[in-house]
Amino acid sequence: MIKAVPKPLEEIIDLVKDFHKVLIVGCDGCVTVCEAGGLKEVQVLGSSLRLYFTQAGQRMDIDETSLTRQCDQEYLDQLKDRIDHYEAVVSLACGCGVQYLAERYHDKIVYPGVDTCFMGVDLERGVYAERCQACGKCILANTGGICPIARCSKRMLNGPCGGSEKGKCEVNPEIDCGWQLIYDRLKILGQLDRFEQPVDPKDWATSRDGGPRKIVREDLRL
Amino acid sequence: MNNTTPSRLEKMLAAGHLAVTSEVGPPRSCDGSVIEQKAELIKDYVDAVNVTDNQTSVTRLCSLAACIRLKLMGLEPVLQMVTRDRNRIALQSDIFGAASFGICNILCLTGDHQHFGDHPNAVNVFDLDSTQLIQTVRLMRDEGRLLGGHQFEHRPQMFIGAAANPFADPFEIRVPRLAKKVAAGAQFIQTQCIYNMDKFKLWLKLARDRGLTERVAILAGITPMKNVGMARYMKNRVPGIDVPDEIVKRMGGVPKEKQAAEGIRLAIEQIQELKEEEGIRGFHLMAIEWEEKVPEIVERAGLFPRPQLN
Amino acid sequence: MGRFEPKILAFCCSYCSYAAADLAGAMRLQYPGNIKIIKVPCTGKVDLIHLLLAFEQGADGIMVAGCLEGNCHFLSGNLRARQRVNRVMAILDRIGLEGDRLAMFNLSAGMGARFAEMAREMYAQVLKLGPSPINIARETAARPIVEVAA
Ligand code: SF4
Ligand code: SF4
Repeated sequence: MIKAVPKPLEEIIDLVKDFHKVLIVGCDGCVTVCEAGGLKEVQVLGSSLRLYFTQAGQRMDIDETSLTRQCDQEYLDQLKDRIDHYEAVVSLACGCGVQYLAERYHDKIVYPGVDTCFMGVDLERGVYAERCQACGKCILANTGGICPIARCSKRMLNGPCGGSEKGKCEVNPEIDCGWQLIYDRLKILGQLDRFEQPVDPKDWATSRDGGPRKIVREDLRL
Repeated sequence: MNNTTPSRLEKMLAAGHLAVTSEVGPPRSCDGSVIEQKAELIKDYVDAVNVTDNQTSVTRLCSLAACIRLKLMGLEPVLQMVTRDRNRIALQSDIFGAASFGICNILCLTGDHQHFGDHPNAVNVFDLDSTQLIQTVRLMRDEGRLLGGHQFEHRPQMFIGAAANPFADPFEIRVPRLAKKVAAGAQFIQTQCIYNMDKFKLWLKLARDRGLTERVAILAGITPMKNVGMARYMKNRVPGIDVPDEIVKRMGGVPKEKQAAEGIRLAIEQIQELKEEEGIRGFHLMAIEWEEKVPEIVERAGLFPRPQLN
Repeated sequence: MGRFEPKILAFCCSYCSYAAADLAGAMRLQYPGNIKIIKVPCTGKVDLIHLLLAFEQGADGIMVAGCLEGNCHFLSGNLRARQRVNRVMAILDRIGLEGDRLAMFNLSAGMGARFAEMAREMYAQVLKLGPSPINIARETAARPIVEVAA
């Protein structure tokens, strides 16, 4: 899922300080799972902002809501009767949700309330780790199910580099060397022969290098 | 190995001589004379001079320009090229540019992560990795083709090198990885600095057993230690360098003012010892900011005068 | 503003501190009367928003009192509560309220004397901090400045 972290309160205060009616919109999708932008976080942010502006003696109406998903017009539509009431919206969805909300209500000021970080997994509550960079042409079949693009700091396709030490990456001993993981897994799977085959340069056109991407699935469209 | 390029390094190796290469690190400014001064110190003692490419991700005068300066001085440069900072368009373009000046040795590297350098906030490119850069140079040289398919006539005559680090982990893949680079087209290898002799010899033996030393010329990497502090720093702080305790002890065992001499002596002993090893085809001396010691090391190691080729 | 009488709220776990408060009463131990106790099944039930809303509604100080660490009836409820208290303290510090208006205590059902002591400590602390900036702002404002929306 998409992983995000709440923006520092100071930053959000600074974004909304010139308004008097602000709506905070959460998302019940990914950001709820990583506890960055679900209904609970919306309520905490709302209350924190009210406390801040109250003690600062500034009038500020803050309302709170959360949508099933902000990356879907159908759910965004649910705001249509009330959104005009607000001068600005703070969206706690991932970057996709923030943008789609702004797109749907394109004359409304919409600010992001979280920093969207990566696609990853939950290692434990409060600990999330990146796993995929959406390169658009998955090569996991050849790399023991471990992604060298997301998990090697130099996204090498013929790793590991000379900096791999005791299973850790040269960048930082907190990072597992992706290629050590790949090697270990290929060994378990009895696929070490794949390791010696030089991997050709990758076609990055399906990655973000090809420009903003779009999927059109004719088989799904009406 | 039949020599295919005008590279003097290639000819030296083909003639069966132990080759000697060294390196100069370009300055962190546009003062090109620094390169010339450093090269001047070592030029009669080495067959070719590597120029590092923004090593440890610190921005420096570019490797290609420095190589051109060396070439204009009549020296034989080895263009080090990392894939960290340039995509395949820029890399291939630089290879054309280098070849247009008659630069005919290239060392294909991935490069350190930018996090180590003076611009940790920079984007990194890594469009290719070192192995793919080797493939690319070979494609350009042997097939007169770019990765994108464009065919061209004047082919860059590059003697292709790569790095190998026998001391990185996991050890058991270090020879397969060498094999991979050889399969991609590497013709010479310059190794990481060697301090752990036993491990290095084991790596070399495994490479020999697979016949790799027949297919690629391995130049052993030697870096003289300036003092015990450097030994400790390399041991503890530099990823992928293996400095055994004995070496730290040996460096620390002599008084401070004699440590530099001890470091030189150690380097010479290492060369003497490795000269006897089957599969070692030469030495790559990386005297970091200590280029003036290269002549002494080469001489005392019995590698001077350098053989003349006609 | 007359003499400042702190409004203090205590979220007390039914297994320990609530019973301890009872015991303190039975033992006729003195502790400040204007500490309002809210009985919760476990301090793990107390969420960030409850603490924040209490401050919005005019609390000058809040104490959360759970079982001794390792003795939570629901294993880790009191540990979660401590973490949440720490998070809210950090928020308070960033929005112009003092984090010290909030405190977490741990005690067992038999510690009636400790409950009284803890209540006095909290009272003294809040007295020192003075009225919550929220209450000050409300009193100085001519009109209500907060409309807590649903
Ligand atoms: S190969 Fe591409 S799609 Fe597959 S996990 Fe890696 S980045 Fe994601
Ligand atoms: S140490 Fe491993 S993960 Fe880090 S850059 Fe090198 S190969 Fe990639």
